[in-house]
Amino acid sequence: MSAAAPVVELKQITKRFPGIVANDSISLTLKKGEILALLGENGAGKSTLMNIVFGLYQPDEGSIEIDGKPVIIDNPNKAIELGIGMVHQHFKLVEPFTVTENIVLGMEPKKGLKIDYKSAAEQVRKLSEQYGLQVNPNAVIHDISVGMQQRVEIMKTLYRGADILIFDEPTAVLTPQEITELMAIMKRLVAEGKSIILITHKLKEIMQISDRVTIIRRGKVIDTVNTAETNPNELAEKMVGRGVTFKVDKKAPEVGETVLELKDVNSKSKDGVSVLDGLSFDVKAGEILGIAGVDGNGQSELIQAITGLRKIDSGSIKVSGNEIANLSPRKITEMNVSHIPEDRHKHGLVLDFSVSENMVLETYYKSPYNKNGFMQNDVIDKYAEGLVQQFDVRTPSIQTKARSLSGGNQQKAIIAREIDKDPTLLIAAQPTRGLDVGAIEFVQKQLIAQRDQGKAVLLISFELDEIMNVSDRIAVIYEGKIVGEVFPQDTNDQELGLMMAGSLKRGGKAVE
Amino acid sequence: MNKFKKIFTTDSYIVPLVAIVLGFLVGAIVMLMGGYDPITAYSALFTRVFGNLYNFGEAVREMTPLMLTGLAVAFAFRSGMFNIGADGQVMIGMTAATVVGIKFAALPGFILVPLAVIIAGLCGGLWAGIAGYLKAKRGINEVITTIMLNWVALYLSNYIVRAFLLLPGQNRSEDIPASLSMTFLNSLFDNARLHWGTAIAFAAAVFFYVYLWKTKQGYEMRAVGYNPHAAEYAGMNVGRNVVKAMFISGVFAGLAGAGEVLGVFHYQSVFAASPGYGFDGIAVALLGLTHPLGVVLAAILYGTLTYGSAGMSFAADVPPELIRIVIGSIIFFIAAQGIVRWVLKPFYFKRKKEKVL
Amino acid sequence: MDLQTLGQLLNTTLVFSTALIFASLGGIFSERSGVVNIGLEGLMMFGAFAAAVGGYYAQDAGMGEWAPWIGVLCAMAVGVLGSLIHAVAAITFKSDQTISGTVINFLAAGSTLYMVKLLFDGSAETPLIDGFNKVAIPGLSKIPVIGEGIFNSYPTTYLAIVLVIVIYFVLFKTPFGLRLRAVGEHPSAADTLGVKVKRMRYIGVMLSGLLAGIGGATITLTTTGTFGHNTVSGQGFIAIAAMIFGKWNPLGAFGAAVFFGFSQAIRNYVQLFEWSKGIPQEFIFMIPYVLTIIVLVGAVGRSAAPKALGQPYDPGKR
Repeated sequence: MSAAAPVVELKQITKRFPGIVANDSISLTLKKGEILALLGENGAGKSTLMNIVFGLYQPDEGSIEIDGKPVIIDNPNKAIELGIGMVHQHFKLVEPFTVTENIVLGMEPKKGLKIDYKSAAEQVRKLSEQYGLQVNPNAVIHDISVGMQQRVEIMKTLYRGADILIFDEPTAVLTPQEITELMAIMKRLVAEGKSIILITHKLKEIMQISDRVTIIRRGKVIDTVNTAETNPNELAEKMVGRGVTFKVDKKAPEVGETVLELKDVNSKSKDGVSVLDGLSFDVKAGEILGIAGVDGNGQSELIQAITGLRKIDSGSIKVSGNEIANLSPRKITEMNVSHIPEDRHKHGLVLDFSVSENMVLETYYKSPYNKNGFMQNDVIDKYAEGLVQQFDVRTPSIQTKARSLSGGNQQKAIIAREIDKDPTLLIAAQPTRGLDVGAIEFVQKQLIAQRDQGKAVLLISFELDEIMNVSDRIAVIYEGKIVGEVFPQDTNDQELGLMMAGSLKRGGKAVE
Repeated sequence: MNKFKKIFTTDSYIVPLVAIVLGFLVGAIVMLMGGYDPITAYSALFTRVFGNLYNFGEAVREMTPLMLTGLAVAFAFRSGMFNIGADGQVMIGMTAATVVGIKFAALPGFILVPLAVIIAGLCGGLWAGIAGYLKAKRGINEVITTIMLNWVALYLSNYIVRAFLLLPGQNRSEDIPASLSMTFLNSLFDNARLHWGTAIAFAAAVFFYVYLWKTKQGYEMRAVGYNPHAAEYAGMNVGRNVVKAMFISGVFAGLAGAGEVLGVFHYQSVFAASPGYGFDGIAVALLGLTHPLGVVLAAILYGTLTYGSAGMSFAADVPPELIRIVIGSIIFFIAAQGIVRWVLKPFYFKRKKEKVL
Repeated sequence: MDLQTLGQLLNTTLVFSTALIFASLGGIFSERSGVVNIGLEGLMMFGAFAAAVGGYYAQDAGMGEWAPWIGVLCAMAVGVLGSLIHAVAAITFKSDQTISGTVINFLAAGSTLYMVKLLFDGSAETPLIDGFNKVAIPGLSKIPVIGEGIFNSYPTTYLAIVLVIVIYFVLFKTPFGLRLRAVGEHPSAADTLGVKVKRMRYIGVMLSGLLAGIGGATITLTTTGTFGHNTVSGQGFIAIAAMIFGKWNPLGAFGAAVFFGFSQAIRNYVQLFEWSKGIPQEFIFMIPYVLTIIVLVGAVGRSAAPKALGQPYDPGKR
């Protein structure tokens, strides 16, 4: 394989954004018929680099060669012409359009003035047969599964005749079984003569499928190695720049009283679809219960139900023995429930408020932050100052708008606020999404520290590794139901994956 | 509306100032193209306003409803809503003040006048509250409801005036005995129609500031305006804040209406068409960067321009509509800041290199 | 009410609806591409003004029956020019779209009246022109009720109805329509497939200027015969309502525009009914606006709106 000719060569690519060098003189080579993994942490500059290859950004310095010829890729059209296709991490699909419409958009077959949908669907069918990509050409995007949406993304590139495919974190939203399927698809694509760049921070996948790995850190290429000659530990060290143990240190839990108890909770969406379907579980003081599951199986609705943001139709939700179902969010917070929301920009912070103002987002109406209806800004500032120091939130000042903090520091600010309320129940939804390794460690340690102080912690995450490493007990959610409860030490990815896909149930509760 | 907030809460005062200069320049160019003399015209404009005390007083009278409707629109903006309906709320406020002023004329003045003003504010608030309620409960775009409510307000006001308050044979109401006029200033300002509404407007601006930035409720309202989702997660009642914000916004507009009928006209006409206060209010709010101090300054500018435009057409024969072009251009330059920055770039970056404009 | 009156009512309804149909179709193009267009009112003013002026000079030059068509052409051109202000601010300079739409309304109100005074010696209105004549379609116009009601209308009305169908076809059957809608729903998806987002949005906004311009022209050339400060008087806002009401679909907007046109037309006929004598006219005038609110309360909010509506597209955003 190493004898094959290079199809893509990046030479000394540099890209700067205000205040940051995203890519610092990066060079890499993709050879024909190989799968090259591009490994790096969140924020290392992988996506920027690939967006340059795809013509969405222009490099400030450096050059690109495709099939040995220097090229300038100044827009996606150019990239498409050169046979480059990109499968985006956040699917770029127009939701109300059909599969076919999404695939042909921009290159529509025509019959007179009209789009020739018949021949379009025919071409889609042909491609889907050739590469073994199952899709329904006439289905509307918002009706199909995440796995199928990804296949549509892949077909978009194939329809345009791409020979070089870039996969940007393609497994982030898939179940282990869907990941296996995707791997098979990628192998088939390579067998059909395509070359692939796989962007990822998951070592397992790299070991499984790639031929070579290029590691980047803080915008620089650290090394390129043959997959066969390396191991996950070495890769991890190169990615992070220091030795990392992916096992989280924690002592055995000291489990106490039941804090959160859900019994047979049912809730329907506006269109009458059951989103929480007889859901039951409990969380005890001093333990972390991890909810594993594929995105869209009721996790968001579950959190909303517990925090009072969603009405439930039947069932009971108790916190420390008190019924909280259908109470207002304010009442529930006042029962010592803290919540680190999954979308920090949308739900966790008011980005145009200062750090200081954000620190009292849930307590602003209470004394001492408020007296007779007037905000006590001095008190609030002092309080915020304390939190910022205690939790090491890096901000120029507490008057800085939350918007201008980095993702990790925004998350730290939220965690500071939620933990400082000294909750009996802490709900953490996707608390490490999009953070770099250092911040991930910080967040996970905080969760464990809370557990050790006897708090009940409910962790909801799509990252199976996180669930396995941090939780004391795991409940798997599928289509709004808990389909199994297990202890992390008694299970493995495969089993969890099957449960997450709904094809395996493990009876009732884990043995206690 | 997020983009809007980013622009209009920056502490940069340079952009609006440059925008004003550019707006005047556009006006001058338009005048030159029409064969008028912009210098004569602009100086006539300012002479009209500041030339004598009567005109100055009348200009202040002109600024008063602008200030209140500007505050109304700005307040709604701050809470994440576009209140295009200040016009209707003004009309409702006028009508309410007129009804109270005429029908309760038996009350002593010191009760009647405040009562008329308060009821006018409340009615304006309730009228705007309808749009707020529909937004909060049914998610209906307030832009469309407020536009519709403007028309309903127009016809409702006309009906009330014609059915209950009509001065026989005229297309207006009877005279209103309640008065907000500052008669003690008559001799000083040569009988310019100064009234207490101006003081109410300034008080409203102070209230606006204190309420939004110093109180618990204001904190909530700003949080809801910036990010309703986060506000909801933090346990705030988004719907209630939306209704409250629209209510307060409408109160400002209703007070503007009270000032006009009780302080200026002393009767209410049957409207032939929308009086346009609300649309001026939008301009004032945008010019004033939706900040209460900015709104006050913008109302002064806008009032000066519109009142002065008559002088301009008198002295230089320039159609007074030119002023709308000037104002429209100023808002354009404020909104499309990129253009202003582009104009400023050569000057600005030489001096302050490190600061990103 | 006899059949003849019914026919007349239908006819008047279409006269009032026509301007709204054009403008709301324009709004659909702009908003389907992702740009809010609250400036329809101003764009209609530009159109009404240009049609009045262009029509006047064309009539003056002895162009006879062709004069109003010259007016329509002028309205299209000025409408497009006016919409460019909105496009530049909203698309290129990424300003808030509601604000730049409001700017259009201001600039239109100011500049058209300024020009009228400039061109016609300080007069507040343009001179009265003949405008369009109704055209009876041979044969069809003899059908009872709808012959009088539909097939004896102004040419602009026929044009509007044809355009509804054409635009429906363009939006939902052609590559251009697919791309325009994609840009309004998910601009970065469109961008990565090589669809030029900004260009599509410019086209959307300019088409809205063109169509709203014709809408404004319709008012001067079929209803008022002159242009002054109250010629358009809120029709643009009603057109926005019609667009939202019609769920951003040409057929729906057509239905909504006809509804609003009908409620304007009914004013002239309502006194023919015995039962209406006791109702103050103001309440009859109010009906369409109250009804709009009631229908919106019953319908599902903004669900049909293009998803990226109001958001500037910034490919370099990280």
